[in-house]
Amino acid sequence: MEAAVAIAIGILFGSGIWLILRPRTFQVITGLLLMSYAVNLFIFVMGRLWIDKAPLTLAPGTPDPADYADPLSQALVLTAIVIGFATTALYLVMMIGARGLSGTDHVDGEESDE
Amino acid sequence: MSGLPWHQHLILLPVVLPLLVGALLIPVNESRHRIKYAVNLGSTLALLACALALFCLTDGGHWPGGIGVYLAANWSAPFGIALMADRLAALMLLLTAVLALAVLIFSMERWSRIGVHFHSLFQFLLMGLNGAFLTNDLFNLFVFFEVMLAASYGLVLHGYNVTRIRAGMQYITVNLVASFLFLIGVALIYATTGTLNMSDLGARVAGLDDAALTLLKIGAGVLALAFLTKGAMWPLGFWLPTTYAAASPPVAAMLVLMTKVGAYAVLRIWLLAFSGEAGGGAGFGFAALTWGGLVTLAFGTVGMLASQEPGRMAGYGAIISSGTLLAVIGYGQLSLVTAGLFYLLGSTLAMAAFMLLIELIERIRTPGAAMLALTMEAFAIDEKPEEPVGVGIPAALAFLGLAFAGCALVITGLPPLSGFIAKFGLFHALLNPENGAVGATAWALMALVILSGLSGIIALMRFGVRTFWASGAVLPPRLQISEVAPVSLLLLICVGLTVQAGPVMSYLGRVSDDLHQPARYAERVLGEPTVPAAAGGDR
Repeated sequence: MEAAVAIAIGILFGSGIWLILRPRTFQVITGLLLMSYAVNLFIFVMGRLWIDKAPLTLAPGTPDPADYADPLSQALVLTAIVIGFATTALYLVMMIGARGLSGTDHVDGEESDE
Repeated sequence: MSGLPWHQHLILLPVVLPLLVGALLIPVNESRHRIKYAVNLGSTLALLACALALFCLTDGGHWPGGIGVYLAANWSAPFGIALMADRLAALMLLLTAVLALAVLIFSMERWSRIGVHFHSLFQFLLMGLNGAFLTNDLFNLFVFFEVMLAASYGLVLHGYNVTRIRAGMQYITVNLVASFLFLIGVALIYATTGTLNMSDLGARVAGLDDAALTLLKIGAGVLALAFLTKGAMWPLGFWLPTTYAAASPPVAAMLVLMTKVGAYAVLRIWLLAFSGEAGGGAGFGFAALTWGGLVTLAFGTVGMLASQEPGRMAGYGAIISSGTLLAVIGYGQLSLVTAGLFYLLGSTLAMAAFMLLIELIERIRTPGAAMLALTMEAFAIDEKPEEPVGVGIPAALAFLGLAFAGCALVITGLPPLSGFIAKFGLFHALLNPENGAVGATAWALMALVILSGLSGIIALMRFGVRTFWASGAVLPPRLQISEVAPVSLLLLICVGLTVQAGPVMSYLGRVSDDLHQPARYAERVLGEPTVPAAAGGDR
C-alpha cells in the first residue's frame, strides 16, 4: 500500500511541476492545484498508513496511543487544505485581473515572439 | 485570566492586536479614511510599546534565561502551541514595529489612499511577521508565514496596474510553490521526530538513529528551500528585484523586512536543531548555507552594477544583504552572528529608508519634466528655465541629497555610519576565529563583502550623479513633512546605532549567546508549567 500511495503522490507532484513550468496561467494554476493535492496527501501519510484504527477519542481510562490513528497529521492536513484553498482562490483572482489588464493569459503578461 | 501575571500576556499581544484591528477595519468604509488611518496608527504605536516592553522584559531578567513562554490554550509543550519571546524575537519585533511606524507615516498623504483595504492588509502583515518571530511551533510558523504572505500578495498589488499585476503573478506563484515545500519539510520532520515544537525538536535530534536522521536532514533541507526562497538565496531569489521595483514604495519597504524573516527562520531552527549538541546531525547544512550565501553575494554584486532603475538597485541591495547574512549564519561562529545581527539591523533600516526615498527622488524627474528636457534638446531651444540666483540649495533638495548619501553610506558600509561598524565587526570576527586559523571561506567572504560594497558605491554614485548633478535644471520637489519624517527617523536610528554601537553590540552578544545554547530553550519551553485551574472555576 505504501508503494502505491507513494507512486500516486509522485505522479501528482511531477505533473504539477511540469504544469507550473508551462507558459499559460491556466496551466500554472492547474499545476499548483495538483501539487497541493500531492502535498496534502503527503502530510496525511506522514502520520503512517493504518487500516481499521479508531480515531482518538476520550475513552475512560488511559488510552494506548498505538490503538489509534495519529490525529495530529489529520489536523495538519485540514489546516493545509484550508490555507492552500484560500491562496489558490487568490491566485485565481490575480489570473483574471492579469487577463483583463494585459489582454493575454501568458504568465509574463505578454506573448512571446515565437 | 486567572493565575497568569499580566506581562505574560504581552507575548500574545503582538499577534492578537493586529488581527483584531485588521478585522475591525474591513467593514469601515474607505471614505472614512481618517478614522481608518488613526486606528491603524494607534495599533502600530501600541505594537511598538509592546515590543519595547518585551525588549525590556527579556533583557531585564524577569524571565529565567531571558525566555518568556506562553502556552496557548494552557496546553503544556510540546503538545500545544507554545509562543516564545527571547531576546532575538524581541529585537525583531522592535525592528518590525519601528519600520511599520515609519512606513505608515510615509503612506499617510498618498499611498494608503490609492487602493482599498490598505490598513487591514497592513495589520495582517504585521500579525504574520510578529507571529513568525514569536512562535515556537513549526506548523504554526507555516500558518504565520501564510498570513504574512497572503497580506503581502494584497499589498504588492496595492495600486493595481499592469506592472504590479505582472510582478505579483510571479511573486505569488513562487511563494505558493515555496509554501508547498515548507509543508513537505514540516511533515517529514514530524514523521521522523514526532514533534513540531522547535525547542523539543532540538532536544530530540541527538537521539535519532541513522535512518531517521537521513529523513530528518531531507526534511530540513526541503524546509530550508522554502525559507531561502523568502530570504532570496541564489538561485531562489530571481523573483525579488522585479517584485521590489514594481511594488509601491511603502510596501517595498515592508518587503525588505520579509526577506529577513527567511534568514531569521534559518538562524532560529538551524541553531536549535543542528548545533554542536545535536549528535549525528551536528553541523548539517552549515557549509551549504555559507557557500549559498557567497554565491548570493556575488549575484547581488553583479546585479547591482547592471541595474539602472533605483528600485531594482535596492532589490539587489537586499539580495546582497541576504547573502551576507546567510554566509554569516552558515559560518557558525558565535562572535560572527553578533556582528551579523548588527549588520541586519543597519541594512534593513537603511534599505527601507532607501525604498521610501526613491519615490521622493523620482519626483525630481517627473515624466513631464523629462519629456520637456528631451524636446528642448531635439529642437535646440536654448531658452532654459531661470536659474535660481543668490538662493542656496533649496531645503527639499538638500534633504533628498543628504538622505540619499546617508542611505548609500549605510548600504555600502562606508564610514562613519552603522554599515561600516557592521562590516568592521564582521571582519574582526572573521580574522579572530575561535579555533585559530583563518580559513579560505573567511577570505572569500571578506573579499566578496568588500567587492559588493564597491559595486554598491559605483551603482549608487552613478545614480546619484545622474539624478542630482547631471539632470540639468532641477525643480525642488514638493515634500510633505509626513514623507520626510519617516526617512529621517530611519536614518537617525542608523546614526543612533553608530553612536551607541558599544551597548548595542554587547546586547547583540547576549542575543547570539542565547541562540548558541539550544538546551536552555528546551528546558524553558518544555518546563513551562500550565496554569492550574482556579478553584470553583468555570469548567
